[in-house]
Amino acid sequence: MSLDHAAVRHIARLARLAVADDQLESLRSDLQRVLHLFDDLAAANVDNLVPLAHPHDQALSLRDDVVSEIDRSAELLALAAASQGGYYLVPKVIE
Amino acid sequence: MNARMKPAASAWQAVIGLEIHAQLSTASKLFSGASTAYGAEPNTQTALLDCAMPGTLPVPNREAVRKAIQFGLAIDATIAPQSVFARKNYFYPDLPKGYQISQYELPVVGAGRLRVRVDDGRVIEVEIQRAHLEEDAGKSVHDAFHAETGIDLNRAGTPLLEIVSAPVLHSAAEAVAYMRTVHTLVRWLGICDGNMQEGSFRCDCNVSVRRGSDAPLGTRTEIKNVNSFRFVEKAIEYEIERQIRALENGEAIVQETRLYDPARHQTRSMRSKESADDYRYFPDPDLPPLVIAAADIARERDALPELPQARRERYVAQLGLPEADADQLCADRATADYFEAVLAVLPGQAKLCANWVLGEVAASLNEAGIEIAAAPVSAAALAQLLARLREGSISGKIAKDVFAAMWAGEGSADAIIEARGLRQISDSGALAAAIAAVLAEHPSQVADYRGGNEKLLQFFVGQAMKRTRGQANPQQLNELLRRALAG
Repeated sequence: MSLDHAAVRHIARLARLAVADDQLESLRSDLQRVLHLFDDLAAANVDNLVPLAHPHDQALSLRDDVVSEIDRSAELLALAAASQGGYYLVPKVIE
Repeated sequence: MNARMKPAASAWQAVIGLEIHAQLSTASKLFSGASTAYGAEPNTQTALLDCAMPGTLPVPNREAVRKAIQFGLAIDATIAPQSVFARKNYFYPDLPKGYQISQYELPVVGAGRLRVRVDDGRVIEVEIQRAHLEEDAGKSVHDAFHAETGIDLNRAGTPLLEIVSAPVLHSAAEAVAYMRTVHTLVRWLGICDGNMQEGSFRCDCNVSVRRGSDAPLGTRTEIKNVNSFRFVEKAIEYEIERQIRALENGEAIVQETRLYDPARHQTRSMRSKESADDYRYFPDPDLPPLVIAAADIARERDALPELPQARRERYVAQLGLPEADADQLCADRATADYFEAVLAVLPGQAKLCANWVLGEVAASLNEAGIEIAAAPVSAAALAQLLARLREGSISGKIAKDVFAAMWAGEGSADAIIEARGLRQISDSGALAAAIAAVLAEHPSQVADYRGGNEKLLQFFVGQAMKRTRGQANPQQLNELLRRALAG
């Protein structure tokens, strides 16, 4: 798979990164080298292997459905950059 | 879409798939011990995990997993012996981790199916592709603040079961019928309270159109978060029409997310859809695979209640109830159970029991605005009243009066009948005395009747009823009157 500048811009956008035009080519070639590593992986024969979701051979342990948390809103809201009326405030996210 | 109104549209086929989000009714969240109770002050029900504090780890809720299994068994789906939680990455402030824990390649519930009765009487089988566990996001409040958005994370982490249908629905009516069937089922199973105002049951609608049923699928749009049956119907109808109009004008459909505006009955563009790849799903390294033992599945299967479809069919086939009655009784499990508790006391009287549950009881519930679980007249109490009606102690009319008194808390049927002296007079001696008095009071009418005016029988019945304050057994009274008048 090969990358062009448009793909690099798209990835940057998804990652919320500002990338200047003069950085595009160096990023593209770096990323391209990373992708070549995946080509190596893709070339391996995995016909008889089950996909591995987790490196450890263990199953999830579950917990009982019990409310164990207390209200810590005062403490948590105090950590926020801004809050009001019990809400965390963030820059307006709707047009 | 109405074919009569838009003849040009008849060549188009709508293709609809629904993603239903059912909030699982657990006390605590999917991965933390914070409460899921609705309506708390903002941010008072958030664990450190729900706020994405570093160093916290998710531990899944056993009850949420059980409820997912129950749903899977009810739609005849395979329960995955091993399923995987994945991170679905997107950037939005109501999701402080930057990803939602969901399931992607290996969901807990595999393909299943559900039989759905559409309003026009057809029964369709809807294929459900999968159902997976995921956590809900927080709530954004846009209007209450000047230049900012308020974030409440109480809902963040609440367990959801996302139920994904195949794109096999072809009209708004089919989509709504399917959604109603799922709604009934999750409440029946007790896995979701189905409260749509509180957002416990909501739906994303994927809609596309194509020319004829053999054409390749068209580009679809997704209408997000519709939270009423009526809005789903309106939103889909609007969207089908909008897409057909656009395509007939030579425009292309853009794959995008749209919002339904109930005030205008329109959908409008919200954002162009990040394609599935852009969510960059990958297995959550914090969560090893969810392994479900065959014994656990078997235990849930054994505990599964008789399902609404099966019960509805039994009511028609074995109890001989009309389909409409069976439908209404099986609309929720509490009503069906109430009906059966009444019927248990009065075996063989299914129609009588159904009439009362769907008649007096339903009307009184409706008037009081309460659910059947809160009905002041229990199934056992109603059964006693109906037993008195059956044995002829009281008439149908008086039974309704007694029921109203029971509803008002005046006591049991027997107590009210006794206290008000409502027991029907079936004693032929007492009736004969009343009849003799009536005939003695109206000699000219008696003569008329005997002269051939038999219509006067009703007059005598009325007079005798008046004398007995409506308590005469009507059949017996008729019989005795005829005999007395025959002289």
